[in-house]
Amino acid sequence: MIGSSKLVQTTPAVDMITTETPNMKITVASGKGGTGKTTVAVNFFLSVPKTSLLDCDVEEPNSNLFLHNDLEKVKEVTIPVPVIDEQKCEHCGKCADFCNYNALAALPQKVMVFSDLCHGCGGCSLVCPNDAISETGRNIGNIERSFSGQFHTGLLNIGEAMASPLIKELKNYAGENTVIMDAPPGTACPMITTVEDTDYCILVTEPTPFGLNDLKLAAEVVREMKIPAGVVINRAGVGDGGVEEYCQQTGLPIIMEIPYDRRIAEAYSEGIPFVETMPQWKDKFLQMFETIKEAVR
Amino acid sequence: MKICITSKSNESDSDIEPRFGRAPYFIMANTETGEFETKENPASSATGGAGIQAAQEVAKIQADVLITGNVGPNAYDVLSTAGIEVVTTSGVSVKEAIEQYNKGTLEKVSGPTAKAHAGMGRGQGRGGRK
Repeated sequence: MIGSSKLVQTTPAVDMITTETPNMKITVASGKGGTGKTTVAVNFFLSVPKTSLLDCDVEEPNSNLFLHNDLEKVKEVTIPVPVIDEQKCEHCGKCADFCNYNALAALPQKVMVFSDLCHGCGGCSLVCPNDAISETGRNIGNIERSFSGQFHTGLLNIGEAMASPLIKELKNYAGENTVIMDAPPGTACPMITTVEDTDYCILVTEPTPFGLNDLKLAAEVVREMKIPAGVVINRAGVGDGGVEEYCQQTGLPIIMEIPYDRRIAEAYSEGIPFVETMPQWKDKFLQMFETIKEAVR
Repeated sequence: MKICITSKSNESDSDIEPRFGRAPYFIMANTETGEFETKENPASSATGGAGIQAAQEVAKIQADVLITGNVGPNAYDVLSTAGIEVVTTSGVSVKEAIEQYNKGTLEKVSGPTAKAHAGMGRGQGRGGRK
């Protein structure tokens, strides 16, 4: 099976790469889950030389199911959580009043800490008048990388809710090359943390009413964040023309269409990126890269 | 003795509120004086950790007993640490709940009676995913 061997970037068949490629941060996001973010991110990464890939979908990272890299742990990520010194604490309750997430309960004789709810902002220790709060690290997950260093993934601990601090830390491993980031689905904090401070956002959708509904939400988010965006329609040919109509009305460019094709689905089911079985698609991803470069310029 | 009851409104003849953390009101009954006091629950619309904040409020008003429908694990931790007795009932008014308690027909709970987030309405309380 081809899928069991490691996949590496190859030199493109055509010379489409301009010599001075600007190093960009490109996210692959979508409102709806299961539209093909990972498919687009992985195939894009394999098609464009000198790029890195970050799997920021830390709750269920799956890019490596298609890359088959051996991974090594590079960092255990922790967030600071408060520790109360009951000797110094006068139970004034200022810490609990300050905490927006109710991670502290100030009782007349004791302050209780609920670490799972703590976002690690450190505010409680700042407002404590008695210097009774110190901080300790709570592990939320790990960062792993391939031996080539071109691929990094975050892996959130099971049952953990704080995805954003792990994603923020993971983004520090972007490196010098153009980086492609596979974002978590939806439009909540983990997605926004991924998209924040990037140069371009690819919005992957499917041409169905469900895809359109969630595309609109995601498009509004990136518009609000003033990040240039383009749409990839995956499974083109199913559903209806609603997505195209919406893109036309709002001026959102459609930068690629991936057809509803049995060969793509078969490669996917075997864990093989379809640019490996249909190499002509590498050129299409390179063209899309050129389109993105133009939009960012 | 002070009894705190979770209530749907600020009247003592209103129905008890089965959710603890997201109860709109607390009604405090003083068994010595027979007086009632009402207080809005500041945690009712919290983005997360409502049970914790509500329990802290009940401790702050120095209630000896809490009568409610259900308490989650975090709220129970805070209430038991504060030494507040928790009893549960359902489908009665605030006044009836106090009568039940005085007759001794309500059982004290010795652990959480609901899972975390059980009292969240649709679209509420996703504050943890930040």
